[in-house]
Amino acid sequence: MADRVYRAAPPETLRIEALGDLTVLFDRRSMQTHLMIQPMPEILAAMADDRCNAATVAERLAARFDLGGEGDPMPLIAERLAELAAMGLVAEA
Amino acid sequence: MSAIRTLVDLLAGRREAAALAPREWDGVISVARAEAMLATLAHRLEGAALPPAVAALFADQRAAAAVAQAQSMWEAEMARRALASERIEFVLLKGTAYAAAGLSCAEGRQIGDLDILVLVSDIGRAENELLEAGWEWVKSDPYDDAYYREHMHELPPLIHKARDRMIDVHHTILPQTHRIAPDALSLVSDAVTTENGFAVLCPTDMACHCAAHLLADGDLQGGLRNLWDFHSLTRDFAAADPGFWGKLDARADRHGLHAPVHRAARLARDLYGSALPSGWDRHDPADLWFKRRLLARDDWGHATHFALQQAFYIRSHWLRMPPLMLSRHLWTKWRKR
Amino acid sequence: MRHSTRIAVGPVQFRIGSDWRAPVAVLDRLYAGYPRDDTRPADATVRLFAARPWRRWLRPSVQIGGDFVIPDALPLPLSMGLLAAEMGMNLQVALGWRRHLLLHASAVARDGRAVIMSGESGSGKSTLAALLGEDGWRLMGDEFTLIDPAGGDALAFPRAVSLKNAAIAEVAARVDTARLGPLLAGTPKGDIRHLIPRADAIAAMHEPARPALLLFPRFGGEAAIEPMGEGEAFVRLTEASTNYVALGEPGFAALTRLVRETPAFGISYPDSTTGLALVEQLFAEAVR
Repeated sequence: MADRVYRAAPPETLRIEALGDLTVLFDRRSMQTHLMIQPMPEILAAMADDRCNAATVAERLAARFDLGGEGDPMPLIAERLAELAAMGLVAEA
Repeated sequence: MSAIRTLVDLLAGRREAAALAPREWDGVISVARAEAMLATLAHRLEGAALPPAVAALFADQRAAAAVAQAQSMWEAEMARRALASERIEFVLLKGTAYAAAGLSCAEGRQIGDLDILVLVSDIGRAENELLEAGWEWVKSDPYDDAYYREHMHELPPLIHKARDRMIDVHHTILPQTHRIAPDALSLVSDAVTTENGFAVLCPTDMACHCAAHLLADGDLQGGLRNLWDFHSLTRDFAAADPGFWGKLDARADRHGLHAPVHRAARLARDLYGSALPSGWDRHDPADLWFKRRLLARDDWGHATHFALQQAFYIRSHWLRMPPLMLSRHLWTKWRKR
Repeated sequence: MRHSTRIAVGPVQFRIGSDWRAPVAVLDRLYAGYPRDDTRPADATVRLFAARPWRRWLRPSVQIGGDFVIPDALPLPLSMGLLAAEMGMNLQVALGWRRHLLLHASAVARDGRAVIMSGESGSGKSTLAALLGEDGWRLMGDEFTLIDPAGGDALAFPRAVSLKNAAIAEVAARVDTARLGPLLAGTPKGDIRHLIPRADAIAAMHEPARPALLLFPRFGGEAAIEPMGEGEAFVRLTEASTNYVALGEPGFAALTRLVRETPAFGISYPDSTTGLALVEQLFAEAVR
């Protein structure tokens, strides 16, 4: 899969609330509620307002969190980005 | 006075909300719900003197309609994202188009499926992209599927597997078997872009499609709502462009929709008080039957005039299909019951 | 329609029309003690009608209609007209109400604090609420509980309680028979008998109560209490709500607030006595 470039939903369109170990996210554009677990909210936060591909996201996450160091995180992050795109929370840029 | 008449009068502004007896609202609310126009009425009467219970209900309806409309616009956005990578251009139709263009008839309007128009040459690619982006065929039997593809003006409906919303992909605005064949190419090439970047039909085409949808493409089910669209669209377009009615006349001729567009205008005049220019302001005795059909609801919101409904149902198929095909279609449908 | 009546339950004003007198007569008896304002326009309309004209007399069967309908719903025999009315009323609320977050849950209150019980049918939520309502609690409702998006309060919907099967005898043993409706035997939902809530519960139906406890009861098995996380309670309540999606952000805000501010538990109980004791115990801990 090509390393696609995405942009996250503008922060003012999202309302994110932590409920215990779940994060619930309300998207004011779609009126949809999304349930999330790690690392989805972290990915969205890491993307900020920039155009990002899996590599940039991995780099930013690594700077903030310990990614465990076992294996390449890129394919996993690319998969998560595609899931976020299906939910409409990131869009190809 | 019947509740449905009262509803029409309230929408037209012929009757003051404050003049209604408290119990008259029961019927008005029920018939407005049955016609999917309760939130439209709630917008029309925003700020009017209303009994507190009605004012509260109407506020609920306006809020709910705003949520529903955002959901509908999101479907358009997701279709845009799905079709963007292949650069497939599409034009929004009906309710989503009115909302995207910020037209007054969109206020409180219930929007069902997402209807989009693509060039017939793009339809295969559009289908592929949508399937890839999570839309699926609604389970249907082979007869229905073949019927859609061969004879209707759309793909069989697709439903999104996560969002559970339907999309209808059209390549013209009337079935191919219909006695009228609008100029589909000009519908797409003359489309205009809204502020939020969606393509919608140009004003005259939008009015033509609205009339076609109301009178040529169905059995007048939900007709009051579609007629309200036509009334609001033509009023707003004529206010912005004094030459609108003349252009609409020419455009309707080009699409072969002269009769339905003129009838829609007369019905809008008779029910909602549309102001028509000379040349449009005529009378046709047959309009009476259409008005009866549009107003066929009792004060409990229940559809009345069963025979008239059936007549319009058969008429809608008669318009859509040559007689031999019609009998084959009704026969197949009947056997499946 | 030939016969009609008006009923106010909590914030909802119903108008109910019928082709037959019997369903309206029994509704009028069950709801005689409810406040009635005949000039108030109806929020919701229910129609009980004969699917074909001759079905008014010949093996009369009641079709449920109204503002919202379930396509292809099967008609009920006229002897079950009251059940048809109840189903019609539920349907209008479930599909039409937009002012509050609607939870498919029973509720009772004491000292202005509410216990909200959500569960599938068969979980015993209705029976528990009915029994608590006879035992020092204010019955708020056996079917729906409304959450005010603005303030987060629970609002009552104290319709006539729909007792089913074994619960009928259990409750009937404790109440005056004048508060019971006719026995509807062998309905598609089993035996049904309605209970008129106590007069004080009806009189208090517009008084909000602050949620104190969210319970997810399960009838059967050993007595057990299982604390539930905010996330799971949130997910379960979205599933128990018929209008969560339609409310948009106010619904989201109301629900996140509810699960954050209200302790939630799953409870199992082998019999009603144990169930009632568990509710009392958890409530005492919650309001302490």
